[in-house]
Amino acid sequence: MSQVSQPSQETFLALKLDSNEILPLFEQASNWQERYRQIMLLGKALPKLDEAYRIESAQVRGCENTAWLYHSAIEDKHYFVADSDARIVKGLIALLLTACHGKTSDEIASFDIEGYFDMLGLTGQLSPSRTNGLFALAKAIKAFAV
Amino acid sequence: MDFPQLRAQFPTLEQTLAGYPLCYLDTAATSQKPKQVIVAMSRYYETDNANVHRAAHQLSSRATSQYEAVRDSLTDFIHAKRREEIIFTHGTTESINMVAHGLIEQIKTGDLILIDTAAHHANIVPWQELAKRTGAIIKPIPLTDECRLDEAAFDALLQEKPAIVALSHVSNALGTLNPINVLVARAKQAGAITLVDGAQAIAHLEVNVQELDCDFYVFSGHKMYGPTGIGVLYGRFEILDTLTPLMTGGEMIKSVSFEATQFNILPNRLEAGTPPIAEVIGLGAAIDFINALPRADIAKQEAELLNYLQTRLKQLGDITLYGANDNNIGAVAFNLADEHHQDVGILLDQQGIAVRCGHHCAMPLMQSLGIKGCCRASLGIYSSKEDIDRFIDALASVKEMLL
Repeated sequence: MSQVSQPSQETFLALKLDSNEILPLFEQASNWQERYRQIMLLGKALPKLDEAYRIESAQVRGCENTAWLYHSAIEDKHYFVADSDARIVKGLIALLLTACHGKTSDEIASFDIEGYFDMLGLTGQLSPSRTNGLFALAKAIKAFAV
Repeated sequence: MDFPQLRAQFPTLEQTLAGYPLCYLDTAATSQKPKQVIVAMSRYYETDNANVHRAAHQLSSRATSQYEAVRDSLTDFIHAKRREEIIFTHGTTESINMVAHGLIEQIKTGDLILIDTAAHHANIVPWQELAKRTGAIIKPIPLTDECRLDEAAFDALLQEKPAIVALSHVSNALGTLNPINVLVARAKQAGAITLVDGAQAIAHLEVNVQELDCDFYVFSGHKMYGPTGIGVLYGRFEILDTLTPLMTGGEMIKSVSFEATQFNILPNRLEAGTPPIAEVIGLGAAIDFINALPRADIAKQEAELLNYLQTRLKQLGDITLYGANDNNIGAVAFNLADEHHQDVGILLDQQGIAVRCGHHCAMPLMQSLGIKGCCRASLGIYSSKEDIDRFIDALASVKEMLL
């Protein structure tokens, strides 16, 4: 994924996702409706990507809905900026970034994405389906961190 | 007609997903398969597995006679004049590619190809490729505000004497039925070669290619209760026989030397390599299945259900329905308020409801509607009023979550 221009370093560093705050909300969710409400709320943690960056070269292949992903390696850690038009996909991206944002290559490489979503009660969200770009995003994140 | 008994013949429908019974409203993408189709394919592999047309032995002879018997069934099923007019392909897409490629030596620079704006990509891209190679020009046939093919605009385009007119019988994204007999007749009068994409029509409507008088009619097995990986290219013999083969080798060869190769006669000339034998046999079982049904009853039931689906969607409120909606076959496209179709699809899926969400491989249509995508609920012969009630209840809960 070659990118001509991308958001500033500050934009990458500005995104904070505290897994200690976020994950318990999912573990406590008693039913799927509650989990998906949390996902949609979490999606709001990701700032809307500037129109100028909603470009084809940043689109993740395999998404029928549009999702964009930018990556920056800062001091041996990986930072991401991502967005999607769909609210739930955006929330799922935020969940993905909760586990990967600001992590080292080794941490991302050893991260079991499928196990993570299963643990959160979101089994099946990571299928290689063309209508759900999450699988493609997870692959892209792993690829950046190699 | 005992519809619950009919539904019971589809094993896939008897399952629960995350605690919800499956509600399958994605038949336009692929239909579920009745037991007899699954059994016919297993039986072939268990007892008759052999290549067709080649070996001297009995298994091959059994496989060949079953394979060729399906060609006969299909000839009757769509009322073709001759069995040689039925070519097995792997699906609608391959069928259209075979025609588009096959006409490469007959199309010249500046020739006009008219395509349906509501077409799915499989009935657009092969023509674009043909145009690229020949210098032909592609023009989309405009739609009216109701997403019907604009007949006045079509007539005006026919004045330009197109070489090819490619139409959809039923729109895959919207379920809109085109007045296909009228459109084909006018295209023929203008001297065009006509291709009709019947992928979304064949399971719902009786097709008579001789009455329709099109040059080509294409469809897939998997949307008519048959297996995936099998499709049909019907072509009027005289023009089918002129197609340049897309694929060469295997069954399509009569003789080969390093100096020259002679091709076989139809239908073999257009069936290169080992065909999908089990899938052809499965398709044969699907045709037997459809033929055994009272088609008028089925059509009536499907029309009533579709009407019920539209009515209930409208009652739910905050729903935009796309297309004309008074002449739909099998499918209804909609969006919930300004919500993203993907969000709606994911939340329906959580409740065991399977619908299609996206651009439906019809990006030009989505562009003309000014949307990125939509949801589509589509029905089959196993669909029930309960399915629709469950779908509407689930959609009501999605509405409650999103709005």
